Amino acid sequence: MAQVEKTRHLLLVYPHPDDESFGKAGTVILFTRAGTPATLICGTLGELGRNMGNPPIANRETLPKIRRKELEDACEILGVRDLRLLGLRDKTVEFEDPERIADRIEAVIREVKPSILITYYPGLGVHPDHDAMSNAAVIAVKRLPKEERPVIWGSAVVHEPEKILGDPDFVIDVSSVLEQKLAAMKAHRSQFSGIFARVEEALAAGGEARAEVLRLLGTERYWVYRLDDGGESA
Amino acid sequence: MKPIDVQAVQAALSRFVGDDVYLHLETTNGAYAAHRFGQPMAVCAYIRNGRVRFERAAIAGNRPYRVGLKMENGWIYAEGLTDYEVDEKGRLLLAGHDDEGRLAVALQLSRTPWPMSAIEEEA
Repeated sequence: MAQVEKTRHLLLVYPHPDDESFGKAGTVILFTRAGTPATLICGTLGELGRNMGNPPIANRETLPKIRRKELEDACEILGVRDLRLLGLRDKTVEFEDPERIADRIEAVIREVKPSILITYYPGLGVHPDHDAMSNAAVIAVKRLPKEERPVIWGSAVVHEPEKILGDPDFVIDVSSVLEQKLAAMKAHRSQFSGIFARVEEALAAGGEARAEVLRLLGTERYWVYRLDDGGESA
Repeated sequence: MKPIDVQAVQAALSRFVGDDVYLHLETTNGAYAAHRFGQPMAVCAYIRNGRVRFERAAIAGNRPYRVGLKMENGWIYAEGLTDYEVDEKGRLLLAGHDDEGRLAVALQLSRTPWPMSAIEEEA
């Protein structure tokens, strides 16, 4: 297990509200609690999510406003004080010019000078928007002089990523902040119950089912994305 | 949104007949249909702000419902509609939700373009 220690600045790059919390909230909380300032770039407002809450609390037109508020609430729990919305549209990120998205990410990188950039592992994000944002983040980082580049930590959505990437570079034990991690995930009220119905059932059931879910939620895994020009600063 | 009231939806549809209107039409089984839900593939199609004019509009079926809009040179069709809303701007929202509240299909009509982002709408 890797220890999370204070670093200069953490930059999170994701396309949708909830990406920053589902699977990564524990790591973010550990970094910010250690005193690391954190910035989140969120590409879209998840306008085309099919989860509307159960029972529904949103419709197609109110969903983005609700998800923006959910994102702000999650950031509060995560200790992310700097939220940058790019105003792109859900499901269309991959059709935008990646260089233009990279321009905007690069500007933020030059401003906040992150030491670590967390995004999805390029190509292993499953959702096309995930891969489009991580691709743009890589383009942005490559434009920087090697000594100014943040290390890119990628999380994978594909099943069994270790078969592709080998063992993760960082396995983070987030069991000490599990309650806060769940709170950040649940801040995404319109999304949580639809996506984590089985998690909710297991938590409510207690016993071995609950223990198993807590074990799964208690670990977060990242692979360092090594730039093909050999310039990662790690 | 509320469960579809056929008479209310028919009346709302009829108010758009003969005019230029902005259409949002969408169907989706979710971006993770293949990854998490065991379906062969993720399927989605949407049109946002198609500008259309139709001469006849009708709702049919008995929960879920179907809507057909007959144009001079074509049709607009949606199946699986369960809920509706006429919002404060007079826009008609129709959607089909599954038993877990997830949107599977949407058909929406407006006299003004649907916003492309909530940020733009606030500005």
